[in-house]
Parts: sequence; C-alpha cells; structure tokens
Amino acid sequence: MIKIAVASGKGGTGKTLVATNIFYTLLRNKADALLIDCDAEAPNAVAFFNVSQGNETEVTRMVPVIDTNKCTFCGKCHDYCNYKAIFIIPPFKIIRVFEELCHGCGACSVACMDDAITEKPVSQGRVTSFNIDERQAIIESRINVGVMSPVPVIQAAIKLANQNHDIIILDSPPGTSCPFIQTVSTADYVILVTEPTPFGLSDLKQSVDTLKSIKKPYGVIINRAGLGNDSVQNYLKDNDIELLLEIPFSREIAEFYSTGGIVSEKIPALGDRLFQMITKIISLNGNSSN
Amino acid sequence: MEIAVISGKGGTGKSSISAAFATLNGRKVIADCDVDAANLYLLFNPTHEEEIIYIAGHKAHVNYELCTPCGICANYCRFDAISFNGARVTISEISCDGCFLCSRICPENAIRMLQNDKSRMYSGSFRNGKMVYGRLAPGEENSGKLVNMVREKAKQVAGENNLEIIILDGPPGIGCPVISTITGADKAVIVTEPTISGLHDLQRTIEIVRKFDIKAFVIINKCDLNSAMSDQIETWCSNTGIKVIGQLPFDTGVVEAMVQGKSIIEYDINSDVSRMIIEIWNKIINTN
Repeated sequence: MIKIAVASGKGGTGKTLVATNIFYTLLRNKADALLIDCDAEAPNAVAFFNVSQGNETEVTRMVPVIDTNKCTFCGKCHDYCNYKAIFIIPPFKIIRVFEELCHGCGACSVACMDDAITEKPVSQGRVTSFNIDERQAIIESRINVGVMSPVPVIQAAIKLANQNHDIIILDSPPGTSCPFIQTVSTADYVILVTEPTPFGLSDLKQSVDTLKSIKKPYGVIINRAGLGNDSVQNYLKDNDIELLLEIPFSREIAEFYSTGGIVSEKIPALGDRLFQMITKIISLNGNSSN
Repeated sequence: MEIAVISGKGGTGKSSISAAFATLNGRKVIADCDVDAANLYLLFNPTHEEEIIYIAGHKAHVNYELCTPCGICANYCRFDAISFNGARVTISEISCDGCFLCSRICPENAIRMLQNDKSRMYSGSFRNGKMVYGRLAPGEENSGKLVNMVREKAKQVAGENNLEIIILDGPPGIGCPVISTITGADKAVIVTEPTISGLHDLQRTIEIVRKFDIKAFVIINKCDLNSAMSDQIETWCSNTGIKVIGQLPFDTGVVEAMVQGKSIIEYDINSDVSRMIIEIWNKIINTN
C-alpha cells in the first residue's frame, strides 16, 4: 500500500484537477485505488465522478457540560482550559462554555474537584464513503459550516480508509498549517501542484520548507505552464527539486474542468502522462509503513 | 470600514482583486489575513516598521531524565499525540494540540510546554497607504488568533493615519481563519469562479457569511470560462437574496501584472477588467 498526497500551498492551483485525474487514470488501468478528499472545508472531488453514496459517519468532539448545582465556581476548569472556552465570574455564580472554542481536550473534566463536569458529543462534520461500480472509491471529509478546525474530520477520514487498497490518493487542504500537515504526515510521497506565478512560487517555497522539515519525499507539478513567468522552473532547477510534470495552460482545459469533467477523458494524453508519473512514483516509494 | 475579500475555493482571484481595490484612488489600509499563505507583500513590498512575534500555541516536550515512565500522560491525551510502549513515552509534535493536560497531570513534572514562536506579524507602509500582514510558520495552528491580531493592528494603524478603509484579504476555506476574518467586518466580498467547485464552495461561504450576519456581495471572476455556469451562479445568488455585483472576464493581464509586481489597476487602468473593478468598488462603497 502506498499513500500519495496531492497538495499545494496556494489554493486553486489545480490540486483537485491533478488528484481526480490521477485517480481516474488509476481506475482506468484497473488499479485498486482509493481517493480521500481531505479538503474538509471545501470538498469537491466527488462532483467529478459518477458515485453512489455508501456509509456516512458523524465526527464529534466531546465538550463539557457544567452542572451549576454542583459547581462551586472555584475556577480551576477555567485555569486548565488553554483555549479560553470557559468563561466564569465567580461572585455572580456565572459559568459558560463556548463550545466553538473548545478543542475537546478534557482538561476541564480533570480539573473539576466537584464532579460538576460531564461531556457531550458535538458534531464537527462527517465522513462519507462513496462507491464507484459497487466498490469503495472515494472517502470525503466535510466539516459543518461554522466549525473552526477541519483537523478531527480529516483524521477520521484518513483512519476510515480501508487499508486493503493498494494506492490511496489524498487530496490535501491548501496552505501549510495544521490541516495540511495532518494530511501529508500520513503520506509516503507528496505531489505539490503549483502555478508559474509569483504567488505560486512564494507558496511553493513555503510548502517545500515544510515538507523538508518533516522529511517527506516530494515532487512538483507545474499547472498552467506558459502563463506567468519561469521563476518556478528556475527555483526547481536551482534547488534540485524534481519537476514531475508540466500541464500547459489551456483555455480548453479550464473550460472543460469548469463543467465538472475529467480532463483526461477529453485529453487522454494528460491521463497517460499522469499514469506514467504515478507508476514511477509508486515504484520508487512503494510499500508504505504509514 | 472593514471590507473582507474572501472565497471558499482558493485561486479564484481574491488577492488580485484585493490588490486592485487597495491601489484605487485614496490611501487605504490593506491587511493580508491569509496568514497561512500571505502573498500581497510580493506585490506591495511594504516597509517593516514593526515586527511582532506571534505565539501560535504550545507543544509538549518530555524531559526524559524525570520521566519514570508511567504512561499516564498517554492515557489522558485525546489527540493521539502520545504513544507509550511500556518503556518510553513519545510525543508527536504534529499531533500535539498544546492543551497542557499532559503537563498538568504528569506526577513527575516531566513534561514542559514550549511556545511556538516562529510566526510573525508585520506592519508598515506601501505605495498607497499602510499594510499589515501575518506570516504563520509552517505547521502552526491558531491562525484565527493571528488574523485577529492583524485586524486589530490594521484598525490601530487606520486610526493613527486617518485612513477610513481597511481591506482584508482573506484566506480560502470556511474554517477558523475565515471566521476570524469576517466576524465584525462591515462588508464581505466573495470572489468565485464559474466552475462546479466554485459554485459548491460559494454556497458554503454564503452559509458562513449568513451565520455571522455580514452584508455580502459576490464577484464572479473569469466568468467567460463558462458563461452558462456564471449565469447559473447569478441565478442561484439572486434566488438566495445575495447580490452579484460584477462578472469579470478572464484576462491574462492580471497574471502579467502580478509578474511585474503590480495590481491590474496599476498595470493597465484602461483595461476592461480595471474599468469593471472600479465600478464594482463604487457599488461596494455606496451600498449600505
């Protein structure tokens, strides 16, 4: 089994385009592949395939419920909470939990000396399994609107992935903060997708630094090549970073993609090149221990 | 007045449009709230008049000279960050949420919480006013708090310099840093694109804007890539009671401007896109 994450610092560089097309070519070539959409704030991969919905799991976080009859307003739970999720004014016997700030760490329950804190599950989002031709093919993570952190839902989606698949493709959330790290840290190899613009380069550098710091092997795809300038190409050359593929800028691709189409279906050459690329990555980085 | 420019989907042109707004007539404050992937400084090359260290939470570290190891910490950790194999406790920095619980319950006081102090906030001047931006160090969290700090600073700078308008260039998504960007802002401009992902993400973004009760406007960028989808988005918005205040065509000039370190307004004020952006800006400013 191998897990390959498709990521990018900058949003909208073509991460989902690459992830869905890699996945499509793998299925076409009869590989046993699973796609996990880890972009829980804005999941879109499912829209590109003909799927039927399978199991759905609610992802919850335990938040405190304070029994004000038992509470002595000692304030220890407030002191233990590092997320400022408990508000207390002891003289007025007021205590409140801000559920949206709570990370569910359980420190307040440990702190309470008066047995006044119980916990209840609060929904953060859901993880849904989708089938293609009766087989589990896509797992989607999706946070509820208003939930602060996508991390618990992303972790649940990755955990749910059936380890029996040969190849798992992770469509990663954008950026280089927590949600990105949580996704790529589980991968054996990371494909960074960028675009040849100053913004693309700046965000690429940040992603590369992050991946170096956690020692992940990676390579780069330049999407919309021909647009912008050649500073990304130069950066890759100067730093000895593998350029996996260049996808030329084309209005045709952009227009077809906008309709929710799989570009490799229309332009088979792209699918062939992605398949060659992924086969090479697997042969060099296969047999996961993650 | 704080005007937040956001988009559920990344890469729809949020920052290019923010940059265009920021370089229109009248000095302004521009605050880059996409602290995870700040980009506007590349165009505006601001001076660094102030640099502030931002503490992005904490990470637990074991002092192995004091650790017995009993493994109690591993039982209490809810983030699966501590593993205990019977002989040694190991903390995964990636999974540690910085809640302090392990350090509080350790009977040997063997766990210390170290600050994440690599993130920064900068404040300075750019060619059309003042600029504030944050840079979250890779892998760090609490980006919402850094966004709050950037906004506070932007308000302070606006007050000190008598600048009325603050433009907040927001992060993609709908999570914590986005909520921090729009909470209490006067207006939100949502930039979308006519793709299936653009429409899905717009719908989630509008939900979040509604939840926080903020006056929202929609711009459909690169509208000619799929005019049928653009029309569909426009219809969906009008049925939902959200105003589409402009459709911008795809123009490689926007990318060429970026390569030259300019906004489209500075690059070619007479282009169709520039003209439309000026119209859009006037609508945003003049609609209550």
